[in-house]
Amino acid sequence: MSTKGRPDPEQLLRQLQAEEQYYRFGRLKIFLGYAGGVGKSFRMLDEARRRRERGEDVVVGAIQPKASPEVDALLQRMLVIPQGYVGGVPTMDVEAILRRHPQVCLVDGLAYDNPPGSAHPKRWQDVEHLLSVGISVIATVNLQHIEERREQVERITHKHVTETVPESFLRNADEIEIVDAPPDFCLQRGSIPSFVTGTGSTTLSPQQLSELREIALLLAADVVDYQLEAYLVRHGIQQLWGTHERILVCVSAYADAAKMIASGRRNADRFHGELFVSYINRPDITPEERSVLERNLEEARAVNARIEALDGEDATDAIMEFARTHGITQIFMANRMNTSWWDRIFGRPLDHLVRAAENIDVRVFPA
Amino acid sequence: MSDSPHRGTLKIFLGYAAGVGKTYQMLDEAHKLKDEGVDVVLGYFEPHGRKDTIAKAEGLEVIPRRKIEYRGAVFGETDVEAILRRRPQVCVIDEFAHTNIPGSEHAKRWQDVHVLLDAGINVLTTMNVQHLESLNDQVWQFTGIRVRETIPDWVVKQADEVVMVDLPPQALLNRLMRGVVYTPEKAQQAMENFFKESTLVALRELAIRQTAHEVDVRQSVQDEAQAAETGGEDLGSNVSPRARSPECILILITEDPSSAALIRRGKRVADYLQAECLAVCILRDGSLQNIAVAQREAVEKHMNFARNLHIEPSVLRGDDVAETLVDFARSHKVTQLFIARPQQKKWPLAFGRGLVERVVRLAHDIQVTIVAERRR
Repeated sequence: MSTKGRPDPEQLLRQLQAEEQYYRFGRLKIFLGYAGGVGKSFRMLDEARRRRERGEDVVVGAIQPKASPEVDALLQRMLVIPQGYVGGVPTMDVEAILRRHPQVCLVDGLAYDNPPGSAHPKRWQDVEHLLSVGISVIATVNLQHIEERREQVERITHKHVTETVPESFLRNADEIEIVDAPPDFCLQRGSIPSFVTGTGSTTLSPQQLSELREIALLLAADVVDYQLEAYLVRHGIQQLWGTHERILVCVSAYADAAKMIASGRRNADRFHGELFVSYINRPDITPEERSVLERNLEEARAVNARIEALDGEDATDAIMEFARTHGITQIFMANRMNTSWWDRIFGRPLDHLVRAAENIDVRVFPA
Repeated sequence: MSDSPHRGTLKIFLGYAAGVGKTYQMLDEAHKLKDEGVDVVLGYFEPHGRKDTIAKAEGLEVIPRRKIEYRGAVFGETDVEAILRRRPQVCVIDEFAHTNIPGSEHAKRWQDVHVLLDAGINVLTTMNVQHLESLNDQVWQFTGIRVRETIPDWVVKQADEVVMVDLPPQALLNRLMRGVVYTPEKAQQAMENFFKESTLVALRELAIRQTAHEVDVRQSVQDEAQAAETGGEDLGSNVSPRARSPECILILITEDPSSAALIRRGKRVADYLQAECLAVCILRDGSLQNIAVAQREAVEKHMNFARNLHIEPSVLRGDDVAETLVDFARSHKVTQLFIARPQQKKWPLAFGRGLVERVVRLAHDIQVTIVAERRR
């Protein structure tokens, strides 16, 4: 990890903004679960208990009604702000919390819709309000309520969900913690009784739960990755690490790259990584070459790759520069078979690239 | 995931650093099981002087450690014999990656655990993501630390369940500063090295992704089992989206130290692609006997390392490494070749004579991956 050279003003400004954003509000911590009953409420209350023991002023703003005995036991030792009513419907009493102004407020069920006539339509917007006045919040949310993952989840559960929280809300939380209990695998095997306890007993099959669990973990990994980048920006660290695979497919105007792009997509998916497709901008391109390149880019768009046009006199330098600044871990490249006399004397682009690619794997595809 | 119906189940609590709460959560589960009437014992438990953890172990039966003398000091290791005699339903064994003291029956604790599983005892255990063999180079890149106590990936893959024990890095650092994890001096030292926030964030992401991968792998196995049950012979209508990939990876082992990283990388890619993984070492007369001692030792070390990761390496005879490699690849329907990126000083002067170049040219219809050594 290093910060090479003089920091540029752009970079300093981004750093400053990131720092401001970071310190302005109360702190938000979110417990993320993949289904009801994994123990989110319990973990939230257990953390509240420990914080109170350390002298923090913690209150409960909202809690799910059907609690397990363990949750109830913890709840009895907590200060609960009674629910208020809007139009006769019980809901979290934001006004009362603001008057009480605790250090920390617990908010169960982040995706809850407020009754009509409330200050905000959504509970997560209430939470933003609390944060803006400097009240820290510990909250819980279920995977199925994350707007961007909803369709994916519905395909598994076949249940339609209307109450949602945007993923950006999770990303901007100061801390996110996964509650990862496996779907009582032992029950199926008949050797040990169920590992999962809690309120939201579920009608989902172990298979469905396992699929949800994977999505929740990948969501959490994305949020953490986002936060890692934010951390690096905040601390003026310019180098990116490859915590996950980032594949760069180099396409050209000279050869059909459909197979290479398809393989890039498959590999990126298997690794749950990212896919980039790049090409070198050339002014002297012929119409035939242009159409080959366009076809390649069409393929890239079809598989949802991030497309980058690279400039530079030397293709190797341009590719390596991009790869280094984007944390690329694998470069895919086609092998051009016909070596010219020029290539034989001065080396081919592939050879240059392999020599330059420290820390990066180069995969050569048959032409 | 064993063929024998009597084999015990293995559950791993996976974390990304000391102090995230793996042992605590494992003991919590042990208590829950005990409350449900399951016969649970502590086979090995490492309190590290942590108050919460010690309190959590109370009320659970402990199997005393076996005393082993080594170089004048006495160490305590898991007493496998005693656990087998006691025959609990569930045994709690902390720190799966631990290396036993010389003189123990097995070199590694995970081998002890396998004995218990074979005897039908269910095991709960803990480990950190950095102990996974295939992540060794990546972890070294983030942290500057070469983790020595590693577990081959296939051992973790055999576990019935891997659960992530999560704690945000800031909370872990707070714990560290409050002296919950280590003594104050050790905590200070730790924060200057391993426990830097950026390092922890990266390790945590690695652990989450690894857990997601473990979940994914287990789904594939389930899918396959289901397909087999529902008479998956009619492949035309019943092709699983997770069907085993037709990929096959071949790794070229040499005496060069880069072979270790190459093997790790090749195996990891193979695991993710659910591909078959082969390895070869190519020698002029196809025998390890007629080469220099240093070279032989290095090659044998790398071949053993490959075996340790469940890759069976072959030794081939050939004057021309590139030709022999590609011939073998073609006859074994290999789709990807993995070779190490040559060291800078070993680049050929004349272009086109280097191994990489020749392999790429010969393997015209096979993909070739040139793996760079990871540097910091």
